[in-house]
Amino acid sequence: MREHLLTLTILFPLIGAAVLAATGRILSDRDARILALITTLATFAVSLLVLRDFDTGATGYQQIDSVWWVRSFGLQYLVGVDGISLWLVLLTTFLFPVSILASWRVESNVVRYMIAMLVLETAVVGSFLALDLLLFFVFFEAILVPMYLIIGGWGSANRVYAAIKFFLFTMAGSAFLLVAILFLYARSGQPGPPSFDLRQLTHVAAALPIQTARWLFLAFFVAFAVKVPLFPLHTWLPDAHTEAPTAGSVLLAGVLLKVGTYGLLRFNLSLFPEASVHFATFVSILAVIGIIYGAVCALIQTDVKRLVAYSSVSHLGFVVLGTFAFTQQAVTGGVLQMVNHGLATGALFLLVGMVYERTHTRELAEMGGLAGVMPWLLGAFLFVVFASAGLPGLSSFVGEFLVIVGTFAVSHVFGALSAIAVVLAAIYLLWSYQRVAYGPVREEHRHLPDLSGREVAVLAPVLALLLVFGVYPTLLTRSIDPATCAAIEQVRTSQPCADVGGPLVPAAAEARQP
Amino acid sequence: MIPTPVLEFRPILPEILLCTFAIVGMLYEAFARRPDPAPHLAIATVGIVAAAVTAYSLWDWTGSPYVLGDTVAVDRFSVVARFLLLGAALVGCLYYTHYASRDPGSFRGEFYPLTLFATAGMTLITAANDLIVIFLALELLSLSLYVLTGITGQRRASEAAMKYFLLGAFSSAFFLYGIAMAYGATTSTKIVGVAGPGIVQALAGRTGSQALALLAMALLVVGFGFKVSAAPFHMWTPDVYQGAPTPVVAFMGAATKVAAFFALIRVFDVGLQPLTWDWTPVIYALAIVSIVVGSVLAIAQRDVKRMLAYSSIAHAGFILTGLTAANSTGIRAAMFYLVAYAVVTLGAFGIVMLVSARGEEQTSLDAYAGLTRRSPGLAALMTVFLLSLAGIPPTAGFIAKATVFSAAIGAGNWPLAVVGVVASVVAAYFYLRVIVYMYMREPAEGIESDDGVMPRVAAGVLAAGIVVLGVFPGILTGILEPASIVRW
Repeated sequence: MREHLLTLTILFPLIGAAVLAATGRILSDRDARILALITTLATFAVSLLVLRDFDTGATGYQQIDSVWWVRSFGLQYLVGVDGISLWLVLLTTFLFPVSILASWRVESNVVRYMIAMLVLETAVVGSFLALDLLLFFVFFEAILVPMYLIIGGWGSANRVYAAIKFFLFTMAGSAFLLVAILFLYARSGQPGPPSFDLRQLTHVAAALPIQTARWLFLAFFVAFAVKVPLFPLHTWLPDAHTEAPTAGSVLLAGVLLKVGTYGLLRFNLSLFPEASVHFATFVSILAVIGIIYGAVCALIQTDVKRLVAYSSVSHLGFVVLGTFAFTQQAVTGGVLQMVNHGLATGALFLLVGMVYERTHTRELAEMGGLAGVMPWLLGAFLFVVFASAGLPGLSSFVGEFLVIVGTFAVSHVFGALSAIAVVLAAIYLLWSYQRVAYGPVREEHRHLPDLSGREVAVLAPVLALLLVFGVYPTLLTRSIDPATCAAIEQVRTSQPCADVGGPLVPAAAEARQP
Repeated sequence: MIPTPVLEFRPILPEILLCTFAIVGMLYEAFARRPDPAPHLAIATVGIVAAAVTAYSLWDWTGSPYVLGDTVAVDRFSVVARFLLLGAALVGCLYYTHYASRDPGSFRGEFYPLTLFATAGMTLITAANDLIVIFLALELLSLSLYVLTGITGQRRASEAAMKYFLLGAFSSAFFLYGIAMAYGATTSTKIVGVAGPGIVQALAGRTGSQALALLAMALLVVGFGFKVSAAPFHMWTPDVYQGAPTPVVAFMGAATKVAAFFALIRVFDVGLQPLTWDWTPVIYALAIVSIVVGSVLAIAQRDVKRMLAYSSIAHAGFILTGLTAANSTGIRAAMFYLVAYAVVTLGAFGIVMLVSARGEEQTSLDAYAGLTRRSPGLAALMTVFLLSLAGIPPTAGFIAKATVFSAAIGAGNWPLAVVGVVASVVAAYFYLRVIVYMYMREPAEGIESDDGVMPRVAAGVLAAGIVVLGVFPGILTGILEPASIVRW
């Protein structure tokens, strides 16, 4: 079994979904929730085994599992893990049980909801692990349907519009991705049997004329930029986040957006290194605009979920900026930021959801003074706000700091501009917290209950990780560094990645020592 | 003295059996005191199964590849087509039996013989190696379909049948004229000649003027374009799909496309193979126009049958996309697409039939509102079919699209693939809209779903097939591989 751990991680939720679908009629809602929770916890346990077997010293993909899918078409089921995907998979398998637990209050069509969640988990984990491009695309597209159903079926007032917008934006982006993948596939067949294997296509892409490679880069880029989302393709995100049910927002922000940044790092950089350098400035400008624009938009939001949504645009801009700086610190920082943003923003959406369940409003103006009513809930809120704003000692700080430092080594302008957003983040987060927590209490909010035992169980693990990863990021960087190093060396063939920029940060420097 | 060809009837035994059982059905209809669906269905089923068995025995045919004086080809290509068509006919008969049982007064026993005749024409057209035989088969299937379209005798159905007949007759004339030109250019109507040179042999060594041959090609494109409902020859499609009774649309939509495309592949990829450079641009243009027209116009439709009609135009474009490759990869891709499309079409129209019970057919989008509350099973099945039509994994529709685009890109036609994927996004919108109505709207008042078991089982099997083909496409590609080599 040990050599098939990755496959098990992908299959577990799907099996759970199949069981739910088969027994849906006789299950009570409670049974369905428990079954889904057990499935996701089991998946998490399997992914921890993947972590145990992971060799931090090795570069390249590990625990590869492959079998022919359609032989005549050159299509394989090919999965493998490296330092980048490892943590994203763990983040996914960790956030899913949390989200299931957080959606205990979903009352309508529980069985169908849980099936959608479990299928979604399979699709997301699959996209992080797939090393065969068409297999990746299959998972990438398969994400859309369950998420579409979750937003459209269990969201708030304007959910249908948001769901369709989400679906069409993402699908429009990925349309070009499909053509680009098929193009590479066609080229790989001259000569020899064609293939979708990422490792083989890397060589195929390297042999392409520069101009062709640049077009293909753009096709890949658009697909992932929509998903990230990068300015100006971000407009679906505030709608989707705002209208989705709590767990939907958590997973959208926590996991789904990372598929985009992961795709940029995994596919764009390794397949089209020359084009990546060529477009780096262009992409960085978009990222910086996104960072600042997202932060400014967050400043003026009155809907707290929309505020968090725009903060995601800003925070994910950091990831893209870091990825396209091609320095060790920046890229590693970007990967850290992916994980930490998943935890921090996931936690923010959880808390906003809990506040909403009690007050039935998302308008900041209609809240206030809640700290006195629900001290524990708002205490947790404050913790997460600090984490999200990048307070040193909590996780987001490390990622953002590394990205800014790493970018600064390449471009002072981008480094300096992105740093502004850190200040803005502190302003909008603390400001919104202030409006929720302090001031006069509304009469109808005076007797709201504080955190329940279930909610503590939802929040505690997330908050704990925010602290752990903030204090001891080496836990992550140890295995991320070799992978990002490999990614950078593909782009900057002339110098080893460690020599780009100085070892300014203890965490990163320490990580480099075996 | 005219040489008598050796008569080898086994290769057309499926067609002979279909016609025989059609005649048996007609006799039963004529002499039965009270028309009863059960014996009709039994006769038709036996006929179809017998035809399928004899078709299967042709899979490992070792005799001459062309029989009956080179008019009929015996190859695996036509065996695959026959299976697909017979399956569609069987599902159509099942649907109609249920459909008629909802309103016993409207039962017409002629449905079964006509379906068998249409099927015989369709299976023959995929095996025909002579343009005259293709024309005969085309007329056999068309005339049967015209009658089937109007079989209920309702006003809308009669109008649809009339439109179909007039435009169909028009396109047949084009086709016939094309055959005449082809004969003029090559002095043969055989696609591949064994006794004397056929079209392909005559064209192969040609260096002089090709005017007549090109004219023949253009006219044949018009004739086939009409049958596969490729734009701009698609005008009849929406009206006929909307007006005809749903079981007929299910059968016609799936089977006509399959039959016409298989014949088109044989005529163009084999017969007009020497003119490949001339016909690929035409197919290319037809593909783009069909994809764009079908996808864009479908957005405006509020009637689900009409929407599926426009979507069928777009799908014809996708299949043509694969054929622009003009090689065996393209043929294989198109065959896979046809299988996926036929299965989905049969399934989707089955659901359309079941959405509203009894009496007047409710095909407007509003009838789908809140379908999941009324009958969750139907909504789930319809979702599978719609996702496959939209080309979302893990359904067969995705693999089908990926293979046709891959074939087109492999042949260097990547702009066509770009148009195709962009149109797919547009198309996703109107497929999703149905899902929105089914899952995210309040149920419509006063509409009851049909609780028929038999069509539900049929649709369930088809949906399962779509998912299985989407996850394990290797099952089918293994069969299509040897079948996609059209001999000449």
